[in-house]
Amino acid sequence: MFYRESGQFKTSYQKDQQVFPIAQDRIFIALLLVVAFAVVPFVADEYWLQAVIIPFLIFSLAAVGLNLLTGYAGQVSLGTGAFMAVGAYATYKITTAFPEINIVIVFLMSGMVAAGVGIVFGLPSLRIKGFYLAVATLAAQFFILWLFNKVGWFFNDSPSGTITAPPRTLFGIMISGPEATAEVRYFVSLTFLVVFTVIAKNIVRGRIGRSWMAIRDMDIAAEIIGIQPLKTKLMAFAISSFYCGLAGALSVFAWLGGAETEAFSIAISFQVLFMIIIGGLGSIMGSIMGAAFITLVPIFLTNMPAMFGIPMATDLSKHIEEIVFGGLIVFLLIVEPHGFARLWQIGKEKLRQWPFPY
Amino acid sequence: MAQDMTKPRNIGDVLLNVENISIAFGGVKALDGVSFDVREHEILAIIGPNGAGKSSMLNCINGFYHPQDGIITFKGTPRQRMQTHEAAAQGIARTFQNIALFKGMSTLDNIMTGRNLKMKKNLLWQALYFGPALTEELEHRAKVEEIIDFLEIEAIRKTPVGKLPYGLQKRVELGRALAAEPDLLLLDEPMAGMNHEEKEDMCRYILDVNDEFGATIVLIEHDMSVVMDISDRVVVLDYGRKIAAGTPDEVRANQDVIDAYLGVSHD
Ligand SMILES: Nc1ncnc2c1ncn2[C@@H]1O[C@H](COP(=O)(O)OP(=O)(O)OP(=O)(O)O)[C@@H](O)[C@H]1O
Ligand SMILES: [Mg+2]
Repeated sequence: MFYRESGQFKTSYQKDQQVFPIAQDRIFIALLLVVAFAVVPFVADEYWLQAVIIPFLIFSLAAVGLNLLTGYAGQVSLGTGAFMAVGAYATYKITTAFPEINIVIVFLMSGMVAAGVGIVFGLPSLRIKGFYLAVATLAAQFFILWLFNKVGWFFNDSPSGTITAPPRTLFGIMISGPEATAEVRYFVSLTFLVVFTVIAKNIVRGRIGRSWMAIRDMDIAAEIIGIQPLKTKLMAFAISSFYCGLAGALSVFAWLGGAETEAFSIAISFQVLFMIIIGGLGSIMGSIMGAAFITLVPIFLTNMPAMFGIPMATDLSKHIEEIVFGGLIVFLLIVEPHGFARLWQIGKEKLRQWPFPY
Repeated sequence: MAQDMTKPRNIGDVLLNVENISIAFGGVKALDGVSFDVREHEILAIIGPNGAGKSSMLNCINGFYHPQDGIITFKGTPRQRMQTHEAAAQGIARTFQNIALFKGMSTLDNIMTGRNLKMKKNLLWQALYFGPALTEELEHRAKVEEIIDFLEIEAIRKTPVGKLPYGLQKRVELGRALAAEPDLLLLDEPMAGMNHEEKEDMCRYILDVNDEFGATIVLIEHDMSVVMDISDRVVVLDYGRKIAAGTPDEVRANQDVIDAYLGVSHD
């Protein structure tokens, strides 16, 4: 009854091309942003920010990045963890070598480095597709982590073999290092996520996004209308890796405070892949919903026995959590193979017709 | 739907010349020394029995197949080999015998991709979706809407093309090809699988495209009445060879053509 586009006529193509053509959607998103920026940091405590919300934001960014490559351009990648590692290690190298460069600039530079590495490992995509390409990106995953582990230069030969976030400020506020508060790190992660989600949305609804989807849906026809496959695919690898690199940099500098290559293992690559499959391939919003599901549900499950006052050994509850979580994923994919994004759309469809479905 | 014969057709110079084209797959000679030319603004039909090499000919013209022998001259520039994506830049667009649309994208987006080559704004502007990038997007959207009006597919603008019935998909595919504003339009069996009414519509669109947009058209079609009605000239292929060429009436009277279609044995 209240969720309608009736009376909202599109008087120009510009209006028709808005991201959220329905006014109620725009209001909802605006509210969400207000809550995220003005309410969450003041009500959430340190534990929630550090253990739940910041990782959710950072993984959302990585998921948006992977969805550009896999969901929009149709190129499967299992190298997400490695591209994140490139971003993290590049930030570490650049900021320790040039401490005077603003850390935000360093983040962006590191994204560029990850983009470059993404292009190199995207080259096989011209010849191979699907599972075979996934295996090729797996090579990136193992090779890059091996390199970062073996060559001391990457972690400045620190005896522990880890990289740590040095204290860095933005506008005089400590945003990374041991003294940066969870609230500040939350703001930094949130701002990056919002800005780059908008950018991603813009890219996918324009020429570049359409050429990605064309390559995904039928590469031969795409080529015949003049889309160059190599250029288009490499662009997808570059931009996607930029996002992953940025997420990797944030995971060390705005979340973990320090890391070794283990933090970017193949398990991370799979996790981000699950996020976009559950959220919906080819949907920016879906990437974020998928990231929310994968990061929040396990925490919810872990705390559930305690919430209901059921005493349980931690390892037992951990096993149960994994079983339930796996079961949920399978259930979701059977019910709606196109993920949350599609469920969301169906829900809106229903809401639009409510209360008169016919 | 018959073409108005009294209207003068301003057929121009040679736009495309194919000279002695041959291509073989394994032992099969799909094309064997075929030559013909296409003049500006005309509608040329390629006909022939199944497996005659018609689709292979179109594939050679738009650079998807690379002929083993022969030269193709387009707009006065001869070429032997080119990348598939270069044909589009030179002004050649096509539709496929088996529809090749982007199934996950809407009608609007499918047709918009047809204008990709004309859109120039770089990644940074696109990322902002603002200023020049937005202006560009809206300009092209307006062009695409003209095509959507022309093909009478307004109602399915936002529908993913995978969900459309066959006849409409063929129409969207024509729209995508038109969006590129090609000089040469290659249509591979645009009316296959359509009922009588849909065929009439498609004929009208093809004639209008030729008339209003000034596009030169090479089409493959099995329905003889359609071919006779809309084409200026006809080229007949059989077993990879050109067995006849001329006006529809000349071709219809040609004994070799009659034999080929009646299945007289080749010896
Ligand atoms: N890519 C290919 N690989 C192998 N053989 C091919 C290929 N393309 C065409 N051929 C063969 O070349 C011959 C001509 O095929 P083509 O598709 O050009 O015929 P056609 O005239 O379009 O037939 P139809 O009316 O059935 O569409 C056929 O024998 C076909 O099997
Ligand atoms: Mg054919």
